[in-house]
Amino acid sequence: MNIKKYGLLLMLFCFFYSGLHAQTKKNTTHSGSAASIARGKIVYANICLACHMADGGGVQNMNPPLTQTTYVLGNKTALIKIVLNGFKEDVEINGQTYSNNMTPHSDLKDQQIADVLTYVRKSFGNKAGAISMVEVKKVRAANVAPAK
Amino acid sequence: MKMKKVLILLLPVFAVIGLIVFNACKSADRDAVDTANAGLTLPDGFSAIAVADNLGSARHLVVTPEHDIYVHIASAKNSKGILVLHEEGNKTTLKTSFANYGGTGIAIKDGYLYASNNTEVYRYKLNDKEEVINPDEPEKIVTGLLSKRMHQPKAIALDNNGNLYVNIGAYSNACSDFDPDKKGCPILDSAAGIWQFKSDKPNQHYGDGIRYAGGLRNVVGLAWNQQDNQLFVMQHGRDALHDLYPNLYTVHQSAELPAECMFALKQGDNAGWPYVYYDWMQNKNLLGPEYGGDGKKPADPKFINPVAAYPGHYAPDGLLFYTGDQFPEKYKNGAFIAFHGSWNRAPEPQAGYCVVFQPFKDGKPDGKWEVFADGFAGTPEQKASGRAVHRPCGLAQGPDGSLYVTDDNKGTIYKISYKK
Ligand code: HEC
Repeated sequence: MNIKKYGLLLMLFCFFYSGLHAQTKKNTTHSGSAASIARGKIVYANICLACHMADGGGVQNMNPPLTQTTYVLGNKTALIKIVLNGFKEDVEINGQTYSNNMTPHSDLKDQQIADVLTYVRKSFGNKAGAISMVEVKKVRAANVAPAK
Repeated sequence: MKMKKVLILLLPVFAVIGLIVFNACKSADRDAVDTANAGLTLPDGFSAIAVADNLGSARHLVVTPEHDIYVHIASAKNSKGILVLHEEGNKTTLKTSFANYGGTGIAIKDGYLYASNNTEVYRYKLNDKEEVINPDEPEKIVTGLLSKRMHQPKAIALDNNGNLYVNIGAYSNACSDFDPDKKGCPILDSAAGIWQFKSDKPNQHYGDGIRYAGGLRNVVGLAWNQQDNQLFVMQHGRDALHDLYPNLYTVHQSAELPAECMFALKQGDNAGWPYVYYDWMQNKNLLGPEYGGDGKKPADPKFINPVAAYPGHYAPDGLLFYTGDQFPEKYKNGAFIAFHGSWNRAPEPQAGYCVVFQPFKDGKPDGKWEVFADGFAGTPEQKASGRAVHRPCGLAQGPDGSLYVTDDNKGTIYKISYKK
């Protein structure tokens, strides 16, 4: 009898504790990258969401997901170039091909590109490092836009 | 006292358990509703069943008088681009499969089955039971059509005079990537239109065909109207008015515009892509923003107007004129349209994912369209997010006048019937 009650209490405790734990976890993100993520979320909503969708899951056969792809998690220079130059290559992205074309977004400021990519690399289940404005600046300076 | 304390502490636990039980009952209820009519909502007197499931990306289909269903699958895994199902007692069994290519287009005309991939159209001779005689040796009727990333499927239709009509979609949204200086879109000579070929002449290229009608961004649903002997097509309208021109279009306008258009085509018609788009809220054909439009300036009247218009981004993938006797009189010779559903309405909820009925009179749309079959997408959340469970694509009429609808997401085939 008593054991059952204690069991339930334990359950209850776990329940609240896990809630609390989630809360504290959210608050301990580094403030610099937290600010960048917050700004990046806005850029994402204004520019990228239309194609890659609110959950980063993309659109079947048309626009690829931004979840755990080699492009999102991988080489930063290549990733920055995707935003600067757009992307229309007949490549498989996590085993699927996508038919839509991504237009260039070189009109975005270095900071905006850093923010949106930091947001993408830390959202939708992705856990990759932040991208800084300086890194974007460097890539842009060395970037040769592909022929039309 | 102690007992009471424990009870108070336990109250939330009871609450949680109660909630779980309550939710379980609720979802059981929902399942019961969902499985009736295979999850679809239909007008009174209609019912639906799923006659096939998990076929893969089931695109267009035809149903023969012998109750064989030919379904074209988008990708041809294991050389099974075309599945042949036999239907008996509202259930189907896989009879055979063939075609080492995936695709969308499929049609039967005058003893032949026609089917397309992204660059070719083939045909197969049928026996008197409408079975393919030699599935491994089709005749190649059309070859070498352009297929560049966007809008690749070559949907097809046939008329009564030995002609085959093939959609060749534009490989662009509004041609800005190919016409940066706005001198005129250079891809219109070999894409963005409907081409006409002979239905019995092998190995035809562009040069053997006629650009029957142009200025059509992309067409997946098309059908020959037997009543007025004319080709009808459903155009997929352009995307991203707000994303590209935030000063001219609000987010909401961009979700609703431009209209998805139904055109009745005559040879030589130009529907105006990429120079124009149709605004169904103002009921006007307008000049596109890439070419100086501002959401108000009218289109050049040399471009034809649609005969009917539907909300933006619904993505019409199937068109069928109903000629059966099973459905009530009002459906006779009217059009069913399968809307695949949107992706370009975010941040507004996605929409479409339904089969629409468009009343017709004397071969022309007559009166407002209505949603005929809905519920393909699943829950309201699944629909709004664009994560639809089923997505309507192809339409066919069965020998008894039932309507068949494919879903290219889960590969379900629905059969919709009417009983007084
Ligand atoms: C017009 C639609 C569209 C918009 C807007 C868009 N993309 Fe893309 N994006 C695509 C398509 C389509 C591809 C794949 C093209 C291909 O397969 O060649 C792609 C590819 C990518 C890739 C590489 C493939 C992958 O899935 O990892 C990344 C990363 C990416 N986009 C990020 C972004 C970011 C960040 C933004 C906003 C700044 C953005 N995209 C805006 C359509 C879009």
